[in-house]
Amino acid sequence: MLTINGLDKAYGDLSVLKNINLHVRDREFVAILGPSGSGKSTLFQLIGGIIKPEHGTITLNNEVINGKKGLISYMPQQPSLFPWRTVLENVVLAAELTGKPNVEEAKQWLEKVGLAEFENSYPIDLSGGMRQRVSFIRALLSKQSLLCLDEPFSALDEFTRIKMQKWLLSVWEENRKSVLFITHSIEEAIFLADRIYVLSKRPATMKAEITVPFSRPRNESLLETTEFFDLKQQIFQYIKEEIVE
Amino acid sequence: MQQMWQRGGKSIVFLLLLFILWELLVYITATPMWLLPAPSDVIKEIYNGIWEFYGHLISTMKLTLLGLSIGCSVGLFIAIILYRLPKANQVLYPLLILSQNIPTIVLAPLLIIWFGFDLLPKLIVISLVCFFPIVVASMDGFRQTAPELKHYMEMVGASRNQIFWKLEMPHALPSIFSGLKIAATYSVMGAVISEWLGAKQGIGVYMTLAQSSFRIDRVFAAIFFIMLLSLLLFGVIRLVEKLMVKGRKEGV
Ligand SMILES: Nc1ncnc2c1ncn2[C@@H]1O[C@H](COP(=O)(O)OP(=O)(O)O)[C@@H](O)[C@H]1O
Ligand SMILES: [Mg+2]
Repeated sequence: MLTINGLDKAYGDLSVLKNINLHVRDREFVAILGPSGSGKSTLFQLIGGIIKPEHGTITLNNEVINGKKGLISYMPQQPSLFPWRTVLENVVLAAELTGKPNVEEAKQWLEKVGLAEFENSYPIDLSGGMRQRVSFIRALLSKQSLLCLDEPFSALDEFTRIKMQKWLLSVWEENRKSVLFITHSIEEAIFLADRIYVLSKRPATMKAEITVPFSRPRNESLLETTEFFDLKQQIFQYIKEEIVE
Repeated sequence: MQQMWQRGGKSIVFLLLLFILWELLVYITATPMWLLPAPSDVIKEIYNGIWEFYGHLISTMKLTLLGLSIGCSVGLFIAIILYRLPKANQVLYPLLILSQNIPTIVLAPLLIIWFGFDLLPKLIVISLVCFFPIVVASMDGFRQTAPELKHYMEMVGASRNQIFWKLEMPHALPSIFSGLKIAATYSVMGAVISEWLGAKQGIGVYMTLAQSSFRIDRVFAAIFFIMLLSLLLFGVIRLVEKLMVKGRKEGV
């Protein structure tokens, strides 16, 4: 459904992305793994259409979308909730931009993820993990079919992060939108994704594409298996080359 | 709430001490009342003259509220225009600053020459002194919109209009309220000054009369009511702010 072909991007003289090719199929969970500052967020801004590439095409559902906005659902690294809106008002925000939001559906989702009692609370009264859940539900409720998540859990502590990863999988398995998930954690990528793209450091090129063989539904016992560990080692080899240079 | 009471309580105690000192000094030096009345004289005057004063107070209050509403609406409108049209901003902003350099005392008589003794020149004076804090505060509020929220809105494809009305405007509310508080204080002064220049009723009129008949105790009574009016306005705005600004850390 999403295909990216020969994408180049530079900020002035600073080349950030070089010949990026990738694709995301329907109902597929794809992770992009790369070091900080390699250009991952830049890639999302290109898909989101707020900046344009020098070369290459981004195709969504057979339509070229270079520079077109409003075609993806998005969840940023910071929860980016509006402090003056209640939880309920926040989750319908993205949907609100394209028409009248479905408040009933929003309430059902909040109920499902155990946030019903916080419907009328303000973000300031929520914990970090709860804010990220609200941010994710907001992305789910906007009707675009591709969900782009930019390091959504990297600001959370380890305990909350593993909880949130499990939570994300359980919600996603119920509502299988296509997902593009940026992360700099190898474990997170393996645990969540069907396929992983590994980026080099800046200027980012596509270093490897890895298919994750583990079946779903997954739970944290997967993290202790030797297969998991082996795959982690394998991906680490690619990353090591980036550190050595 | 308790904290507020503690803070307020301390300043009230301090103020009381000052008044006692003042009372004593007037008593010891036997200063005549037409030069400097003791606080007790002022309180007596307030108590005796309250009904006579009442009409003036209401009249000034109405004038203040009307002028403040007009000034704030105009200020907010100008701020929105300037923020959303950068070209207009380049042309108009310097002019706005210049407009604040015209002394009210010079401008007011001119306005009366042009517009007579009606309501209009008074409202212009009040609006002129209170629209500027609103413009500056609102523009600052709009500009200080959290960049990550703006980035989010752009990524999900919000239009310029949506970004302004759903994000920048509500985000600027606390800032706008700060401007409003300053404007409210100015507006009372503006109203009194505009009344000095010709009106049938109002604290300004009362003050001029009191001054010309050397009733300094009445002048002080008028000052007291001006302060009371300012505090009242301030309190109301604070209340509205509490109701409207939600989910944010308590400001001062
Ligand atoms: N608007 C911009 N102008 C200039 N340089 C930028 C801009 N945005 C990002 N960069 C640079 O591009 C590189 C990649 O940034 P980014 O895509 O945010 O990396 P990542 O998300 O992988 O950490 C960084 O070195 C950053 O300094
Ligand atoms: Mg990033």
